[in-house]
Amino acid sequence: MTDFTLWDILRNLLLAARWTVALSLIAFVGGGVVGLLVLFMRTSRFRALRVATTLYIELFQGTPLLMQLFLAFFGLGLAGIEVSPWTAASVALTLFASAYLAEIWRGCVEAIPRGQWEASGSLALNYIEQMRYVILPQAVRIAIPPTVGFSIQVVKGTALASIIGFVEVTKAGTMLNNATFQPFLVFSLSALIYFSLCYPLSLYSRRLERSLHVAR
Amino acid sequence: MSLVKIEKVEKYFGTNHVLKGVDLEIDAGEVVSIIGRSGSGKSTLLRCVNALETYEAGTIVVDGMEVNPQKTDLRKLRQKVGMVFQSFNLFPHLSAARNIMLAPMIVKGTPEKDAAALAMKVLEKVGLAEKAKSYPDQLSGGQQQRVAIARSLAMSPAVLLCDEITSALDPELVGEVLKVLEQLAADGMTLILVTHEMRFAREVGDRIVFMHQGKVWEQGPAKEVFYAPKTPELRQFLGAVTQEETHHTRRVPESESRALSGVEISHE
Repeated sequence: MTDFTLWDILRNLLLAARWTVALSLIAFVGGGVVGLLVLFMRTSRFRALRVATTLYIELFQGTPLLMQLFLAFFGLGLAGIEVSPWTAASVALTLFASAYLAEIWRGCVEAIPRGQWEASGSLALNYIEQMRYVILPQAVRIAIPPTVGFSIQVVKGTALASIIGFVEVTKAGTMLNNATFQPFLVFSLSALIYFSLCYPLSLYSRRLERSLHVAR
Repeated sequence: MSLVKIEKVEKYFGTNHVLKGVDLEIDAGEVVSIIGRSGSGKSTLLRCVNALETYEAGTIVVDGMEVNPQKTDLRKLRQKVGMVFQSFNLFPHLSAARNIMLAPMIVKGTPEKDAAALAMKVLEKVGLAEKAKSYPDQLSGGQQQRVAIARSLAMSPAVLLCDEITSALDPELVGEVLKVLEQLAADGMTLILVTHEMRFAREVGDRIVFMHQGKVWEQGPAKEVFYAPKTPELRQFLGAVTQEETHHTRRVPESESRALSGVEISHE
């Protein structure tokens, strides 16, 4: 049996951190795209779309992310669809992020005065054009700080993917602990890695918030 | 044939019966001022004409197109009907010129170059060519409203609806906006104005429509309506408004004016 040096532990954790970052990016970008779609439906004038998206959002906000991961991994497996931990984690985190982002962005869209809708509508723009050229450019300004803030939740959320066997920082930490029996060292290092991923985001979010305030 | 034809229009906000069978016809080139107390339904009526509000019964036809928010091709209708709002509603993230260019480029597919030329043309019309690159927050209220008028004009509508467009302005800025409207009227633009500017309605308007309790109560040429009102409601309304107006122009604080009138009474 080989002994693990500190560097061995750290190196393995850092290698696994690549997958934490990759999964975060997939969830955040995927969640952004799906979230934008959900947002359009959530604010549309068709009642059925609004009700459906409200349900969607409530479902993902009202259940633990862990359950969503289980359902994506084991549930789809039971249904006969073979999914890898990669796919299951990506799908679950994407949907999870989309629900939250859609709701964050809806608040920003609704903060835009009604007169902007009426004026652009009176100029014969349709709903998509109103959003694209008038509402979203203004909403984005208010949306950036909370969106960056939420990306921190996504990074930390990827830790749960360890449960379905996705090897990212947390899963790597568990495996290393099993081999070294040094839980304090291993998990402290894991936490440090999460912190060094999240703290810059947090700083960035705060800076954006301040600069956008000044601009107003 | 009239350009805008409103027939027996009924509108409810919940249980509140706002329009109770409104009939009104407006010819091309006419300048019609709608006056009346707040709550008389005049703004609602205006907003029904370009389908910003739905209505429950009756018909509105604009230039041969029936206005029905459910069925009407809104894109076509709203190219015929321009609207200017009390609160300007310029797009704050776009310069004055870009505010104007947006709709022609998107809706009509006007190339950017032509749209820019068009923007300059309409800005000149409202006397703001030098402000093309300014953003809304760099303009005064009067200037913003003139840009908003220019923005509507760029779509060359058949009729322009103006919803209390001077009400949010400081008194010294009202004149510049009314001057633009006067110019438009002289150019033969069809204007429907909801307004509190009685002097403007009297001098520029072809016709005055007095709305009361959700109905067209009385209407006619400006002179008739102002100098020989037929109904007691209109007489009362005009009385209240003109008193306010003279009060306004004299610019005497209320306490002082009361004191003054007290003096007058004691003299009598």
